[in-house]
Amino acid sequence: MTVHHAGPGAPLLALRTLSVRLPKGADREFALRDVSLQVAAGEIVCVVGESGSGKSLTAMAILGLLPGRVTLAGGAIELEGEDLAALPPARLRGIRGARIGMVFQEPMTALNPLMPVGRQVEEMLEEHTDQPRPQRLARVLELLAEVGIPDPVAAARAFPHELSGGQRQRAMIAMALALEPRLLIADEPTTALDVTTQARILALVKDIQRRRGTGVLFITHDFGVVAEIADRVVVMQHGQVVETGPAQQVLHAPQHAYTQALIAAVPPLAPPTRPAAPPGPPVLAVQGLRKTYRSGGVLARKRVVEAVRGVDFTLHQGETLGIVGESGSGKSTVARMLVRLLAADAGSIHLQGEDLLALNNSDFRARTARIQMVFQDPFASLNPRRRVGEIIAQGLRVHGTPRAEAEARVAEMLALVGLDPGAIRRFPHEFSGGQRQRIGLARALAMQPSVLVADEPVSALDVSVQAQVLRLLAEAKQRMALSLVFITHDLRVAAQVCDRILVMQRGLVVEAGATATLFAAPRHPYTQALLASVPGRGWEPGAGATPPARAE
Amino acid sequence: MKRVGALALRRLAQSVPVLLIILVGLFLLLQLAPGDTVDALLAQMGGGDAAVAARLRQDYGLDVSVPVQLGRYLVRLLSFDLGMSAIYGKPVASVIFERLSVTALFMSCALAFAFSAGLVLGVVAARRVNGWPDTLISTLGLVFYAIPSFWLGLMLIVLFSVKLAWLPPGGFESIGEGLTGLAHVLDVARHLVLPILSLSLIFLAIYLRLMRASMLEVMTLDFVRTARAKGLSEGHVLRRHVLRNALLPMVTFVGLQFSTMLGGSVVVESVFSLPGLGRLAFESVVQRDLNTLLGIVLVSAVLVIVVNFIVDLLYAKLDPRIVAR
Repeated sequence: MTVHHAGPGAPLLALRTLSVRLPKGADREFALRDVSLQVAAGEIVCVVGESGSGKSLTAMAILGLLPGRVTLAGGAIELEGEDLAALPPARLRGIRGARIGMVFQEPMTALNPLMPVGRQVEEMLEEHTDQPRPQRLARVLELLAEVGIPDPVAAARAFPHELSGGQRQRAMIAMALALEPRLLIADEPTTALDVTTQARILALVKDIQRRRGTGVLFITHDFGVVAEIADRVVVMQHGQVVETGPAQQVLHAPQHAYTQALIAAVPPLAPPTRPAAPPGPPVLAVQGLRKTYRSGGVLARKRVVEAVRGVDFTLHQGETLGIVGESGSGKSTVARMLVRLLAADAGSIHLQGEDLLALNNSDFRARTARIQMVFQDPFASLNPRRRVGEIIAQGLRVHGTPRAEAEARVAEMLALVGLDPGAIRRFPHEFSGGQRQRIGLARALAMQPSVLVADEPVSALDVSVQAQVLRLLAEAKQRMALSLVFITHDLRVAAQVCDRILVMQRGLVVEAGATATLFAAPRHPYTQALLASVPGRGWEPGAGATPPARAE
Repeated sequence: MKRVGALALRRLAQSVPVLLIILVGLFLLLQLAPGDTVDALLAQMGGGDAAVAARLRQDYGLDVSVPVQLGRYLVRLLSFDLGMSAIYGKPVASVIFERLSVTALFMSCALAFAFSAGLVLGVVAARRVNGWPDTLISTLGLVFYAIPSFWLGLMLIVLFSVKLAWLPPGGFESIGEGLTGLAHVLDVARHLVLPILSLSLIFLAIYLRLMRASMLEVMTLDFVRTARAKGLSEGHVLRRHVLRNALLPMVTFVGLQFSTMLGGSVVVESVFSLPGLGRLAFESVVQRDLNTLLGIVLVSAVLVIVVNFIVDLLYAKLDPRIVAR
């Protein structure tokens, strides 16, 4: 393999006016238009943009792995002076993996579930080198140890599902590093991970870049992550680069209006000062809530998971109570028990003085209007076969609202969430993610609940859309005298939205308190670890820009 | 493999009640049909008076109540005694055993052919999706799927036995030639070609469509993209990463389809006059030979359970996530 040494100071990777054409009949002709960017050795370049900006496609174009019928339409991809766009597929295959390492977003699905992890790493060496087997195996263990996997021998033998998300992503990185590539492309490598795990993986990427002088092209949607690791930033929108520059410059003095808007939409980590209003009367009082998942039957192996192990809290009138925690903390289980989507094993949930858990099913159904839920995934939580009008009106109709009145309410709700009245006749797939989440919100609000349980309502949304939905939620809360239980893993969002916060870990509330106090002086080690892991916590976004949404 | 062992034990324990339910259900169901073994026997003998019928019923244990008959049957079953066949005048076990080897050979060949050909064609079609090989294979698959096996059998006989005289039109082996060794094997093989084709083409079509769909789905998964990003050649990507994952639904399906195939063999064995279990079942229904029929159902149920058991173990071996999750 010939390494083309370019002159001193020449970039490791240079994209020059790269364009990618979509197949005929797509909504636009070009997915990428004249994209130019450079990555030098030992440099971390972050490509930031929202969904549809073409950032992932850029990575696939560099690797020569564009999906079928999507084609390069001009420009050059220079790796150490050699134009990859002009290479035949067989040559390109020799470069993939060997000179460009790649890490993908979802570590659960990016590894073959049927092959031991060590074998998958070994495959890299098998394909690109002539090393004998024993040498390869030794190298695999060395690599796994290098990326900080505690027991490399066991991890090499394990199947992907036997490792945690963080471990899997480490194994993925070990695989990418197997041939010591000069360039590492990481496509949202930490997006699917918990915040503490994310912090450790980011540290690992930085460490590798420093130790080996690897150039890193890091694709992300998260400006916090950018602030954490980027040397330089490339901002993309609609397949074009709108701004590039050193990280400090882009983060603190963005030039392009789109960059400014994106940064303004990032919720600051510092909670806003709130007027010390006296708390209203309690609307929801939860005591000793417990849930244990049991699987397996008479003849199957039994597995017991204590998801929620005794949770108490009180929600006051007009308050937003945040429940934060990582995956497996039990926060979503609590949310589902509040609206009785899941049966609680023990405890009580008093809504305006009445214990919901003591009611029988039909009595509870009569009261569902008073406590409603908004779900995380705006794509999966709306029935694709029903029109939006029906989706919103259905709850009202089953509770006996006359048709005319229900229709009037639907129109009113659509106006409230800022959707066109024509939406009534359309189907969910005709709307974007943010619009669907508005529909979900309209559906919940149409029932005029006194308590709204929002389970990660903005986690699946782009940052600018997220800000809009949060603003909307704040307005609705004001207008309809709502009290809110807000479940999130994102401490930035929690800081802006919540009055009080419960921190959950492994089914228990480990700390509770007013948002400002909790952020200023976290007492529990887990809360401290969570706060310390928020990416870009040293960076204050939106300085000089318009303030983002906040729920009062 | 501790994991697979535990699974095996659990599956075995589950199969006992399944067998019991099948037996009791069928026993009671057959009581609903008008006429019993004695009626059928008398009809064959050209009639008889009431006293003869009563004596015969006593001989065959048919004069007691249905629950007692069922109880007696189940008790005898514990010592692997399937009872006597009224029509053949031999123990049911030996009647079935004589026929079982024919069906077992026939079925396993048909299954193996349908599975392997379906697999290969499915892979080829998926690799060239929407290209001419895919169109050709998918069209052929649809044609195979649409042809009923008995009609296909008859047409094959007309073409290969009657017109071309290449292959024998029926039977399991040439009678009275006393062939041994390799000559005997070849003789049986020549007799089985047409039955295997007519039984397996419909299953081949199902497997091919399933394999094609499964390959196409797996090829869109993230780990396949990872494999490509590693710089693996397309052949390696397919063999090491796609194929095994795509096989998982196929394996499940083989287990599910086995009973359907066993049912299909009744028709095909009759068309080709193969002396197998399927034809025996057909004859015992016509002749109200309850003991034989129950024996066949028991053996078939055991076969289906065994095949599914093997499929489950195979699946657990192929997919490390089973049980563990």
